[in-house]
Amino acid sequence: MTIGIVIFPGSNCDRDVRWATEGCLDMSTEFLWHESTDLSHFEAIVLPGGFSYGDYLRCGAIARFAPVLSSLVDFVSKGGKVLGICNGFQILTELGLLPGALIRNKDLNFICKDVDLIIESKRTSWLVNYKQDKQITLPIAHGEGCFYCNEDSLKKLQDEDSIALRYSLNPNGSTYDIAGITNKKGNVLGMMPHPERACDSKIGLTHGQEILKSLISN
Amino acid sequence: MPIFQAKVEVNLRPSVLDPAGEAAKSASLRLGIEGVNKLRIGKSIMIEIDASTEDEANKSIQLLCDRLLSNPVIEKWSFELNRIPIESQVSL
Repeated sequence: MTIGIVIFPGSNCDRDVRWATEGCLDMSTEFLWHESTDLSHFEAIVLPGGFSYGDYLRCGAIARFAPVLSSLVDFVSKGGKVLGICNGFQILTELGLLPGALIRNKDLNFICKDVDLIIESKRTSWLVNYKQDKQITLPIAHGEGCFYCNEDSLKKLQDEDSIALRYSLNPNGSTYDIAGITNKKGNVLGMMPHPERACDSKIGLTHGQEILKSLISN
Repeated sequence: MPIFQAKVEVNLRPSVLDPAGEAAKSASLRLGIEGVNKLRIGKSIMIEIDASTEDEANKSIQLLCDRLLSNPVIEKWSFELNRIPIESQVSL
Protein backbone atom coordinates (compact mmCIF):
# COMPACT_ATOMS: atom_id res chain seq x y z
CA MET A 1 0.00 0.00 0.00
CA THR A 2 2.63 2.52 -1.04
CA ILE A 3 2.07 5.83 -2.79
CA GLY A 4 4.62 6.98 -5.37
CA ILE A 5 5.29 10.67 -5.89
CA VAL A 6 6.93 11.41 -9.22
CA ILE A 7 9.72 13.98 -9.20
CA PHE A 8 10.41 15.75 -12.48
CA PRO A 9 13.18 18.30 -12.86
CA GLY A 10 11.34 21.42 -11.70
CA SER A 11 8.72 19.75 -9.49
CA ASN A 12 8.39 21.73 -6.28
CA CYS A 13 5.40 20.28 -4.42
CA ASP A 14 6.75 16.73 -4.18
CA ARG A 15 7.89 17.15 -0.56
CA ASP A 16 4.66 18.91 0.38
CA VAL A 17 2.72 15.89 -0.87
CA ARG A 18 4.97 13.55 1.07
CA TRP A 19 4.58 15.62 4.22
CA ALA A 20 0.80 15.39 3.81
CA THR A 21 0.58 11.67 3.00
CA GLU A 22 3.34 10.41 5.29
CA GLY A 23 3.65 13.11 7.95
CA CYS A 24 0.00 13.99 8.43
CA LEU A 25 -1.85 10.89 7.26
CA ASP A 26 0.65 8.15 8.07
CA MET A 27 0.54 6.62 4.59
CA SER A 28 3.57 4.79 3.20
CA THR A 29 5.12 7.03 0.54
CA GLU A 30 8.12 6.90 -1.79
CA PHE A 31 9.63 9.34 -4.22
CA LEU A 32 9.93 8.21 -7.83
CA TRP A 33 12.46 9.81 -10.17
CA HIS A 34 11.00 10.65 -13.59
CA GLU A 35 13.31 8.14 -15.26
CA SER A 36 11.91 5.21 -13.28
CA THR A 37 9.71 2.80 -15.15
CA ASP A 38 8.81 0.18 -12.54
CA LEU A 39 5.52 1.07 -10.88
CA SER A 40 4.66 -2.49 -9.92
CA HIS A 41 4.67 -2.06 -6.15
CA PHE A 42 2.71 1.17 -6.01
CA GLU A 43 -0.92 1.41 -5.06
CA ALA A 44 -1.27 4.94 -6.39
CA ILE A 45 0.82 7.61 -8.08
CA VAL A 46 0.82 11.37 -7.50
CA LEU A 47 2.05 13.84 -10.10
CA PRO A 48 2.86 16.87 -7.94
CA GLY A 49 2.77 20.57 -8.68
CA GLY A 50 5.67 22.69 -9.84
CA PHE A 51 7.24 23.64 -13.12
CA SER A 52 8.34 20.38 -14.72
CA TYR A 53 11.13 20.96 -17.24
CA GLY A 54 10.69 24.70 -16.63
CA ASP A 55 7.24 24.55 -18.27
CA TYR A 56 9.10 25.08 -21.55
CA LEU A 57 6.94 25.00 -24.69
CA ARG A 58 3.74 24.53 -22.66
CA CYS A 59 3.06 23.40 -19.08
CA GLY A 60 3.55 19.65 -18.98
CA ALA A 61 4.48 19.39 -22.67
CA ILE A 62 7.97 17.98 -22.14
CA ALA A 63 7.16 16.05 -18.96
CA ARG A 64 4.73 13.88 -20.91
CA PHE A 65 7.70 12.26 -22.66
CA ALA A 66 9.37 11.24 -19.38
CA PRO A 67 9.99 7.45 -19.16
CA VAL A 68 7.86 7.16 -16.02
CA LEU A 69 4.81 8.35 -17.91
CA SER A 70 4.89 5.52 -20.44
CA SER A 71 4.59 3.19 -17.47
CA LEU A 72 1.91 5.42 -15.99
CA VAL A 73 -0.36 4.98 -19.02
CA ASP A 74 -0.14 1.23 -18.50
CA PHE A 75 -0.67 1.65 -14.74
CA VAL A 76 -3.86 3.63 -15.40
CA SER A 77 -5.19 1.12 -17.93
CA LYS A 78 -4.85 -1.58 -15.26
CA GLY A 79 -6.95 0.51 -12.87
CA GLY A 80 -4.16 2.13 -10.80
CA LYS A 81 -5.10 5.41 -9.16
CA VAL A 82 -3.38 8.60 -10.29
CA LEU A 83 -3.76 12.06 -8.81
CA GLY A 84 -2.39 15.02 -10.78
CA ILE A 85 -2.17 18.23 -8.78
CA CYS A 86 -1.66 21.58 -10.54
CA ASN A 87 1.33 20.92 -12.86
CA GLY A 88 0.41 17.23 -12.50
CA PHE A 89 -3.06 18.02 -13.88
CA GLN A 90 -1.44 19.89 -16.79
CA ILE A 91 0.73 16.85 -17.50
CA LEU A 92 -2.30 14.52 -17.47
CA THR A 93 -4.05 16.62 -20.11
CA GLU A 94 -0.91 16.82 -22.26
CA LEU A 95 -0.59 13.07 -21.95
CA GLY A 96 -4.21 12.62 -23.06
CA LEU A 97 -5.27 10.75 -19.91
CA LEU A 98 -7.67 13.61 -19.22
CA PRO A 99 -9.39 15.84 -21.81
CA GLY A 100 -8.95 19.60 -22.27
CA ALA A 101 -5.95 21.80 -21.57
CA LEU A 102 -4.80 24.31 -18.95
CA ILE A 103 -4.02 27.75 -20.32
CA ARG A 104 -2.98 31.15 -18.99
CA ASN A 105 -5.30 32.62 -16.35
CA LYS A 106 -7.83 35.01 -17.84
CA ASP A 107 -6.38 38.08 -16.09
CA LEU A 108 -2.74 36.94 -16.48
CA ASN A 109 -2.22 36.98 -12.70
CA PHE A 110 -0.53 34.24 -10.74
CA ILE A 111 -3.25 33.47 -8.19
CA CYS A 112 -2.31 32.16 -4.76
CA LYS A 113 -5.23 31.97 -2.32
CA ASP A 114 -7.80 29.72 -0.69
CA VAL A 115 -10.86 29.10 -2.83
CA ASP A 116 -14.27 27.58 -2.18
CA LEU A 117 -14.98 24.55 -4.30
CA ILE A 118 -18.21 22.76 -5.05
CA ILE A 119 -18.08 18.98 -5.05
CA GLU A 120 -19.82 18.43 -8.35
CA SER A 121 -19.76 14.65 -8.35
CA LYS A 122 -19.28 11.88 -5.83
CA ARG A 123 -19.34 9.21 -8.55
CA THR A 124 -15.71 8.28 -8.00
CA SER A 125 -13.90 7.24 -4.84
CA TRP A 126 -11.87 10.48 -4.71
CA LEU A 127 -14.55 12.67 -3.16
CA VAL A 128 -17.03 10.19 -1.81
CA ASN A 129 -15.80 10.45 1.77
CA TYR A 130 -16.48 14.13 2.23
CA LYS A 131 -19.11 14.54 4.88
CA GLN A 132 -19.78 18.01 3.57
CA ASP A 133 -22.50 17.76 1.01
CA LYS A 134 -21.29 20.38 -1.32
CA GLN A 135 -18.47 22.71 -0.45
CA ILE A 136 -14.80 22.45 0.53
CA THR A 137 -12.00 25.01 0.70
CA LEU A 138 -8.53 24.40 -0.75
CA PRO A 139 -5.61 26.60 -1.78
CA ILE A 140 -4.76 27.31 -5.41
CA ALA A 141 -1.42 28.62 -6.68
CA HIS A 142 -1.12 28.90 -10.44
CA GLY A 143 -0.59 31.17 -13.41
CA GLU A 144 -1.86 28.71 -15.99
CA GLY A 145 -4.86 27.09 -14.42
CA CYS A 146 -7.61 28.16 -16.76
CA PHE A 147 -9.22 24.88 -17.84
CA TYR A 148 -10.19 24.95 -21.48
CA CYS A 149 -12.18 22.44 -23.49
CA ASN A 150 -14.55 22.75 -26.42
CA GLU A 151 -18.31 22.27 -26.17
CA ASP A 152 -18.21 18.64 -27.27
CA SER A 153 -15.63 17.74 -24.63
CA LEU A 154 -17.59 19.61 -21.97
CA LYS A 155 -20.76 17.75 -22.88
CA LYS A 156 -18.88 14.46 -22.72
CA LEU A 157 -17.50 15.35 -19.27
CA GLN A 158 -21.02 16.20 -18.10
CA ASP A 159 -22.58 13.09 -19.64
CA GLU A 160 -19.96 10.89 -18.02
CA ASP A 161 -20.33 12.72 -14.69
CA SER A 162 -16.58 13.36 -14.74
CA ILE A 163 -16.55 16.94 -13.46
CA ALA A 164 -15.30 16.48 -9.91
CA LEU A 165 -14.76 20.00 -8.58
CA ARG A 166 -15.95 23.46 -9.63
CA TYR A 167 -14.99 26.89 -8.31
CA SER A 168 -17.71 28.71 -6.37
CA LEU A 169 -16.28 31.92 -7.74
CA ASN A 170 -14.30 31.34 -10.95
CA PRO A 171 -10.82 32.83 -10.32
CA ASN A 172 -9.12 32.14 -13.65
CA GLY A 173 -11.62 31.92 -16.50
CA SER A 174 -11.96 28.13 -16.52
CA THR A 175 -14.63 26.66 -18.78
CA TYR A 176 -17.75 25.87 -16.72
CA ASP A 177 -15.81 26.91 -13.55
CA ILE A 178 -13.97 23.58 -13.67
CA ALA A 179 -11.29 23.03 -11.02
CA GLY A 180 -10.89 19.24 -11.30
CA ILE A 181 -11.99 16.35 -13.49
CA THR A 182 -11.74 12.59 -13.56
CA ASN A 183 -11.53 10.11 -16.41
CA LYS A 184 -14.55 7.98 -17.24
CA LYS A 185 -13.25 5.01 -15.32
CA GLY A 186 -12.75 7.25 -12.29
CA ASN A 187 -9.22 6.17 -11.36
CA VAL A 188 -7.54 9.39 -12.57
CA LEU A 189 -8.19 12.78 -10.94
CA GLY A 190 -6.63 16.01 -12.15
CA MET A 191 -7.14 19.18 -10.13
CA MET A 192 -5.64 22.66 -9.93
CA PRO A 193 -6.20 23.16 -6.15
CA HIS A 194 -3.60 21.72 -3.79
CA PRO A 195 -5.06 19.16 -1.33
CA GLU A 196 -1.58 18.53 0.11
CA ARG A 197 -1.47 22.10 1.42
CA ALA A 198 -4.67 21.54 3.37
CA CYS A 199 -3.90 18.52 5.52
CA ASP A 200 -2.27 19.91 8.64
CA SER A 201 -4.57 21.61 11.15
CA LYS A 202 -1.57 23.43 12.65
CA ILE A 203 -1.24 25.51 9.51
CA GLY A 204 -4.89 25.86 8.60
CA LEU A 205 -7.23 23.98 6.34
CA THR A 206 -7.71 20.22 6.43
CA HIS A 207 -10.12 19.70 3.55
CA GLY A 208 -7.42 18.09 1.44
CA GLN A 209 -7.15 15.04 3.66
CA GLU A 210 -9.99 12.97 2.21
CA ILE A 211 -8.68 13.28 -1.35
CA LEU A 212 -5.24 12.03 -0.33
CA LYS A 213 -6.67 9.29 1.87
CA SER A 214 -8.65 8.03 -1.08
CA LEU A 215 -5.38 7.26 -2.90
CA ILE A 216 -5.41 3.93 -1.09
CA SER A 217 -9.13 3.23 -0.77
CA ASN A 218 -11.55 1.91 -3.34
CA MET B 1 22.45 13.54 -46.17
CA PRO B 2 20.37 16.55 -47.27
CA ILE B 3 19.48 19.11 -44.62
CA PHE B 4 16.06 20.73 -44.52
CA GLN B 5 14.94 23.82 -42.68
CA ALA B 6 11.41 24.13 -41.32
CA LYS B 7 9.86 27.34 -40.05
CA VAL B 8 7.00 26.29 -37.80
CA GLU B 9 4.25 28.61 -36.59
CA VAL B 10 2.05 27.62 -33.67
CA ASN B 11 -1.00 29.73 -32.89
CA LEU B 12 -3.89 29.47 -30.47
CA ARG B 13 -7.14 28.35 -32.05
CA PRO B 14 -9.50 31.30 -32.63
CA SER B 15 -11.89 29.98 -29.97
CA VAL B 16 -9.20 30.07 -27.27
CA LEU B 17 -8.82 33.24 -25.22
CA ASP B 18 -5.39 34.90 -25.54
CA PRO B 19 -5.06 37.15 -22.48
CA ALA B 20 -1.40 37.96 -23.29
CA GLY B 21 -2.47 39.11 -26.77
CA GLU B 22 -5.23 41.21 -25.24
CA ALA B 23 -2.74 42.82 -22.82
CA ALA B 24 -0.36 43.60 -25.71
CA LYS B 25 -3.27 45.04 -27.69
CA SER B 26 -4.10 47.39 -24.80
CA ALA B 27 -0.45 48.46 -24.61
CA SER B 28 -0.46 49.33 -28.31
CA LEU B 29 -2.93 52.11 -27.54
CA ARG B 30 -0.59 53.46 -24.87
CA LEU B 31 2.10 53.59 -27.52
CA GLY B 32 -0.26 55.81 -29.46
CA ILE B 33 -1.09 53.30 -32.19
CA GLU B 34 -4.80 53.36 -32.85
CA GLY B 35 -6.86 50.92 -34.86
CA VAL B 36 -5.31 47.67 -33.65
CA ASN B 37 -8.42 45.53 -33.44
CA LYS B 38 -6.83 42.10 -33.23
CA LEU B 39 -3.55 40.93 -31.71
CA ARG B 40 -2.90 37.23 -31.10
CA ILE B 41 0.43 35.90 -29.83
CA GLY B 42 1.85 32.66 -31.20
CA LYS B 43 5.20 30.91 -31.44
CA SER B 44 7.72 30.62 -34.22
CA ILE B 45 10.10 27.66 -34.17
CA MET B 46 13.04 27.08 -36.51
CA ILE B 47 14.19 23.51 -37.08
CA GLU B 48 16.99 22.02 -39.14
CA ILE B 49 16.68 18.32 -39.83
CA ASP B 50 18.69 15.70 -41.69
CA ALA B 51 16.49 13.57 -43.95
CA SER B 52 17.06 11.53 -47.08
CA THR B 53 14.06 13.04 -48.90
CA GLU B 54 11.78 16.05 -48.58
CA ASP B 55 8.87 13.70 -47.97
CA GLU B 56 10.64 12.12 -45.01
CA ALA B 57 11.51 15.55 -43.57
CA ASN B 58 7.91 16.62 -44.06
CA LYS B 59 6.56 13.63 -42.14
CA SER B 60 8.99 14.13 -39.26
CA ILE B 61 8.13 17.81 -38.91
CA GLN B 62 4.39 17.04 -39.01
CA LEU B 63 4.81 14.54 -36.21
CA LEU B 64 6.86 17.03 -34.18
CA CYS B 65 4.20 19.72 -34.66
CA ASP B 66 1.36 17.42 -33.72
CA ARG B 67 2.89 15.65 -30.75
CA LEU B 68 5.38 18.07 -29.23
CA LEU B 69 5.37 21.63 -30.52
CA SER B 70 1.61 22.16 -30.30
CA ASN B 71 -1.30 20.94 -28.23
CA PRO B 72 -4.06 20.31 -30.80
CA VAL B 73 -6.72 20.93 -28.12
CA ILE B 74 -5.83 24.63 -28.03
CA GLU B 75 -3.42 25.29 -30.90
CA LYS B 76 -3.01 25.04 -34.67
CA TRP B 77 0.26 24.75 -36.52
CA SER B 78 1.67 25.30 -40.00
CA PHE B 79 5.17 25.20 -41.46
CA GLU B 80 7.31 25.96 -44.47
CA LEU B 81 9.97 23.46 -45.43
CA ASN B 82 13.00 24.20 -47.57
CA ARG B 83 16.06 22.23 -48.47
CA ILE B 84 19.23 24.03 -47.46
CA PRO B 85 21.44 24.33 -50.55
CA ILE B 86 24.76 22.49 -50.30
CA GLU B 87 26.79 25.70 -50.68
CA SER B 88 25.02 27.20 -47.64
CA GLN B 89 25.70 24.05 -45.64
CA VAL B 90 29.43 24.43 -46.30
CA SER B 91 29.39 28.05 -45.19
CA LEU B 92 27.66 27.01 -41.94
